Amino acid sequence: MAYQFDFAPVLAHTDLLLQGAAATLGLTAAGAVLGIALGVLGAICRAWRIQPFSAAFGVYVEAIRNTPFLVQLFFIFFGLPALGVKLSGWEASILAMVINLGAYSTEIIRAGIEATPHGQMEAAASLALNRAQTFVYVVLRPALARVWPALVSQVIIVMLGSAVCSQIAAEELTFAANFIQSRNFRAFETFFLATALYFAMALLVRQLLMRLGQRFIVGRPR
Amino acid sequence: MSNQRRNFLRSALAGAALLACASLPAHADTLADIQRNGTLRVAVPQDFPPFGSVGTDLKPQGYDIDTAALIARELGVKVELIPVTSTNRIPFLTTGKADLVISSLGKNAERELVIDFSDAYAPFFNGVFGPEDAAVATVADLDGKTVGVTRGSVEDLELSKIASDKVTIRRFEDNNATISAYLTGQVQFIATGNVVAAAVNDLTKLRRLSAKFLIKNSPCYVGVAKGQSALLTRVNEIIAKAKTDGSLEAVSQRWLKAPLPADL
Repeated sequence: MAYQFDFAPVLAHTDLLLQGAAATLGLTAAGAVLGIALGVLGAICRAWRIQPFSAAFGVYVEAIRNTPFLVQLFFIFFGLPALGVKLSGWEASILAMVINLGAYSTEIIRAGIEATPHGQMEAAASLALNRAQTFVYVVLRPALARVWPALVSQVIIVMLGSAVCSQIAAEELTFAANFIQSRNFRAFETFFLATALYFAMALLVRQLLMRLGQRFIVGRPR
Repeated sequence: MSNQRRNFLRSALAGAALLACASLPAHADTLADIQRNGTLRVAVPQDFPPFGSVGTDLKPQGYDIDTAALIARELGVKVELIPVTSTNRIPFLTTGKADLVISSLGKNAERELVIDFSDAYAPFFNGVFGPEDAAVATVADLDGKTVGVTRGSVEDLELSKIASDKVTIRRFEDNNATISAYLTGQVQFIATGNVVAAAVNDLTKLRRLSAKFLIKNSPCYVGVAKGQSALLTRVNEIIAKAKTDGSLEAVSQRWLKAPLPADL
């Protein structure tokens, strides 16, 4: 018997899918801002070997980059309550995403900082820039500009990875798709729409971040 | 007459004879047969703990096995256990291979057309479970509370229908996640089956589950072949006696870690 495609039962839940997509974007936004901030901090400590933070970030980066995201998430949601730290599904999801992205972006941004030519620091000194100015204009901004595409890719990876947050009942896009599918058993139609939404969101977020990067970090060509 | 035709007639005759034989035991008095043979043949599950599973000594064990032994003891005969699966348990009865089916069998209209059911002997229900001291007796008491369920399960569908908007339902991927969410305190209550709750209480002392209210009730009955009214009456007598003298209560405490519901 041929499968009869029927999108109507899924489209009846369009509001749920859109709410889920919005939630995924929200998780991504929070995760990206805080995660990249954490990454900048980690990268500075690592690149300039500020002890003991450099060593601490080293352990953190290795621990996170060598364990699955799902396990990190379960540890935060199901494990931490044993230590008295009880986070909701949303809080646990955001924390897991920040921690995960923080580790990867530490290494990405560190690579950018370490690629700063020594001559630029000397040029900054000869222009009498103070330490803060040197850091912001000579080190950080060019470093971010160098690694921006890699950073954007990492944000997209984390956004797509947020699908597993459905496992701890955070009601994002994959949760919405699973929920709809458990009610009408239209697996193909539901996941087809969810896939299309993820695809569109990934394209959108990539375009947006690349434009933002061009505007505020790389700067317009003069 | 061609060979083919003769063959057909012969097999038709043989088939008719077989049918006649097969229908014979259904008319005989199974209760008399059981007492004459001295054995009660019972179809039991072997893959459905705590009702029926294989123990470490490789012998069947569980609520259904204890019930079978209890009925055989009352009849004064030996019990012969026949392991069945959930799909073939009724055929075992209708083809006369078993005298009784005690296999966590629920009652429904389709099944009632083919076999008869005794009175209920075991509780089997979905409900909301939570801490012993939580004052929740109806679905209305759940307002403002957080309840975990396994997404797409019967509990999820039924609870979603009856719970108000003020109840936060957290839907998890599988039973393990739902149970973990309760044990770690991420949700205040969970909706699940009494059998699952019993297994959890058996495995951990972290946060005991006690039944708060019922969502869907589908108790287990002993299956008896159609037309065996003598056997059915006797089984009902034994179940009624076991309910009053505490022997069924003991079985419930042993396997479900919970008292028998009063309305069973």
